[in-house]
Amino acid sequence: MNTKQILRGTTVGLGLMVGLASAAMAEEITIATVNNGDMVRMQSLAPQWEQATGNKINWVVLEENVLRQNVTTDISTGGGQYDVMTIGTYEAPIWGANDWLVSLNDGMAEDWDADDLLPAIRGGLTVDGTLYAAPFYGESSMVMYRTDLMEKAGLEMPEAPTWQFIREAAAAMTDRDNDINGICARGKAGWGENMAFLSAMANSFGARWFDMDWNAQFDSPEWKETLTFYLDMMNESGPAGAANNGFNENLTLFQQGKCGMWIDATVAASFVTNPADSTVADKVGFALAPDTGLGKRGNWLWAWSLAIPASSEKVDVAKDFISWATGKGYTELVAENEGWANVPPGTRTSLYENQAYLDAAPFAEMTLKSINSADPQNPSVQEVPYTGIQFVAIPEFAGIATQVGQLFSDALAGNRSADEALNAAQELTTEEMEAAGY
Amino acid sequence: MATEHSKSSARIMIAPAVFVLLVWMLVPLCMTLYFSFADYRPLRATFDAWIGFDNYVSFLTSSSFLSSVVTTLQMVAGILVITIGGGVMLALLLDQPMFGQGIVRILVIGPFFVMPTVSALVWKNMFFNVDNGLFSYLFKFFGAQPYDFLSQAPLLSIIVIVAWQWLPFATLILLTAVQSLSSEQIEAAEMDGASPLSRFWHIILPHLSRAITVVILIQTIFLLSIFAEIFVTTNGAFGTRTLTYLVYQRVLESQNIGLGSAGGIIAVILANIVAIFLMRIVGKNLDN
Amino acid sequence: MARAITPRKKIMWTALAWGIGLLIFFPIMWTFLTSFKSEATAISDPPVWFIFDWTTENYSAVLARSNYPLALTNSIVIAVGSTLLGILIAVPAAWAMAFVPGKRTKDVLLWMLSTKMLPAVGVLYPLVLIAKYFGVMDSRILLVVILMLINLPIIVWMLYTYFREIPGEILEAARMDGASLKNEIIYVLTPMAVPGIASTILLNIILAWNEAFWTILLTTVNAAPLTKFIASFSAPEGLFYAKLSAASIMAIAPILIMGWFSQKQLVRGLTFGAVK
Repeated sequence: MNTKQILRGTTVGLGLMVGLASAAMAEEITIATVNNGDMVRMQSLAPQWEQATGNKINWVVLEENVLRQNVTTDISTGGGQYDVMTIGTYEAPIWGANDWLVSLNDGMAEDWDADDLLPAIRGGLTVDGTLYAAPFYGESSMVMYRTDLMEKAGLEMPEAPTWQFIREAAAAMTDRDNDINGICARGKAGWGENMAFLSAMANSFGARWFDMDWNAQFDSPEWKETLTFYLDMMNESGPAGAANNGFNENLTLFQQGKCGMWIDATVAASFVTNPADSTVADKVGFALAPDTGLGKRGNWLWAWSLAIPASSEKVDVAKDFISWATGKGYTELVAENEGWANVPPGTRTSLYENQAYLDAAPFAEMTLKSINSADPQNPSVQEVPYTGIQFVAIPEFAGIATQVGQLFSDALAGNRSADEALNAAQELTTEEMEAAGY
Repeated sequence: MATEHSKSSARIMIAPAVFVLLVWMLVPLCMTLYFSFADYRPLRATFDAWIGFDNYVSFLTSSSFLSSVVTTLQMVAGILVITIGGGVMLALLLDQPMFGQGIVRILVIGPFFVMPTVSALVWKNMFFNVDNGLFSYLFKFFGAQPYDFLSQAPLLSIIVIVAWQWLPFATLILLTAVQSLSSEQIEAAEMDGASPLSRFWHIILPHLSRAITVVILIQTIFLLSIFAEIFVTTNGAFGTRTLTYLVYQRVLESQNIGLGSAGGIIAVILANIVAIFLMRIVGKNLDN
Repeated sequence: MARAITPRKKIMWTALAWGIGLLIFFPIMWTFLTSFKSEATAISDPPVWFIFDWTTENYSAVLARSNYPLALTNSIVIAVGSTLLGILIAVPAAWAMAFVPGKRTKDVLLWMLSTKMLPAVGVLYPLVLIAKYFGVMDSRILLVVILMLINLPIIVWMLYTYFREIPGEILEAARMDGASLKNEIIYVLTPMAVPGIASTILLNIILAWNEAFWTILLTTVNAAPLTKFIASFSAPEGLFYAKLSAASIMAIAPILIMGWFSQKQLVRGLTFGAVK
């Protein structure tokens, strides 16, 4: 054996060893996610991925507001504490444009199949052709109603109701003595709480956040009509503590049988029809979000998605995890363990072609219709300079909308009138937009 | 008497504490000061190191600034009134002869051990919640309409939560003071035929004044920076946005670090004005 | 001289004090009861008190979903560590201020207290950037140091007021006997100051245990204490009162029990110079 051969042999040996070592070396990744039911389920199923790959996951499961505090601080300082973050359709394009997120165009598992993603959802997570986050579950909004109470009120829910019908039906269903409120809707302040609902509703009333020159539009008659209608309807038929109710609070109310109708995320459909949690599981019907005949419905579009911050040092493992959690295999895994009705909805075309799912989920068709009819590019009846339905995809939106949401929540609590709230919102938004340089 | 030698060793002994606090105060504070003159908005990838006093001007002139200062003062004052009023009464009560005094004292100091997030969550969900809260059941039991505390009386609700947490602290300090009151004094007054009210007013209260100032000072320092209770219950809605919370909104929700830093500096200045004012009183009280 | 106390009066005071004590304690009691209910029972109308199917399922659910032992360890390490470090720095300072007061002593003391006025969120970004620079994000040592700094003024203040109550003559006598400064502190002062130091330690462990801003924002996994553990259980989808209660009890029980056992020590020194 000459030296060359020995060297070659050693190199091959070393190469083999390195290869083996890297395959066997267990990596640890840190994942930040929301404590929503679907994510908690993901956490409980994740040991299967850990066993299959030998990697380990550190979970940071937090309530939504605390999660946002943590991940925004981390991402904007390049902290590098997380390898996978759970973010929404609002953050993904803004963070992606800042190069804070890793592109998911390549490096995902081969069977992950990006083309299977629902186009509306995929579009919301893509900037200039680069996909920055993988949707874990997607949602639009729709009307969920109690079929028994509707019947008792002598009414029939059309597939595509108007706001006027909703308001009248709500009044007819309300029975305060028996603790039944005709309508439950978000009232809790926050850009992702009451402002998601109200912005989407405003679109269907022909209102918009900004005109083409980025002037705030809260002084427009359309916004006044939206807010007045909302306040009147909630005062007539809403629950007592409406101004503190967000998604979770309303979900509890509906499951307890205290709501006649509830307009909220389509993802709630599987919770309200789940007999384990809901007392009204077999009495729920679904309809499209209401309109006013102007051509736009008040339904939004959102996807809780998994993204990899650019500061992560374990991009490959993170991509492997995301491929697993947002892939078709995960859907089947959930179906096997928890039943088809509980799989994360709203992200893949194939799911809505799956007969087993369609049979198990009575809300599937309405969910798909709602998602497909949402158009973030043209959210309002009028022309707008922004994209996004229940949000405006600019960095300043979250801050502004949370403060506007507080004003509207205050109006719902009866602490100020609709006009006062709108005037204050107009002033505040104008002030902040000027400060931001628009 | 203190010698030169002991004076210099005294200085050496104070030095570490002064040094770490100086570093703690100066390093972050200087950075905040630096940011407060910058246009620093990470979401826009903007960093412009010098924009003069723009941030200060917009923070001070924004419609939310003054109201947040007023809210802060109302909140702190409300909590102080409840904890001191309640604390004095509880201290006097605990000083009375009774069975199981130790257990009662354990019950009373319980809330002090509960972390702010937990107490805010428990109060918000299990007491104030209009649909499933205990207060609603209580109201219904007496035939009244359930009351939505957090939107109808938001400031009061938060005051109640925080006061509940701080009442034990005030009670304990005041109790020690009450117990140090000599019984001869009280008995003498009793002999003179002074009514319980006038005994309280002329003997007990003056005796407690020093303890009360201490409670005010310590609590104010903590109360000016209340955050978790607001964050959990109202998120700053319904007029519960304190100065601290406003700064939080600017920094984390709007991601305008420059503006938030200017707000932070303003908050430090205002807090120190309050502190100087307080310390004048306390300092005087400590001298005698 | 003993005052005449009629049994009737004593019973009256007992009833009143117990009533108020139970009222103040009630929220904790209610959380405890709720933590053993099923989610449906937790919101039943009318509320149920003691007679229901007691279950520990909420505790197992909470344990299954989170790393409670790690959070508990972190809480203990951070609270105890920051307090002891603080004591180490504060004892000499407070000693010097109490026994060798200079012209500026009072100013220094008040200045120290004023550092507590710094609104945390205002310095959040600077601090995160510094921590990142030193690579100590999400480490226990970072939180030990920060919580020590936050509580140091309180520690110094408490010890100072306590030391001042120790009669100076004793120290003089020790000095006459030729005790060195070090020996004076260790053998004369410390034994006398034990109750005060104990009370200071206890109070600051409580304060550090309950700190809920820095402990949430500067940690992710490795150093995340119970304050962050709680954030996983607030307001999730669906019914959550029972699980939230269980998590709450798990977060406060250790400190509550410590507090009860040591309440005599805690109370004895908790005067802040309020009593002369």
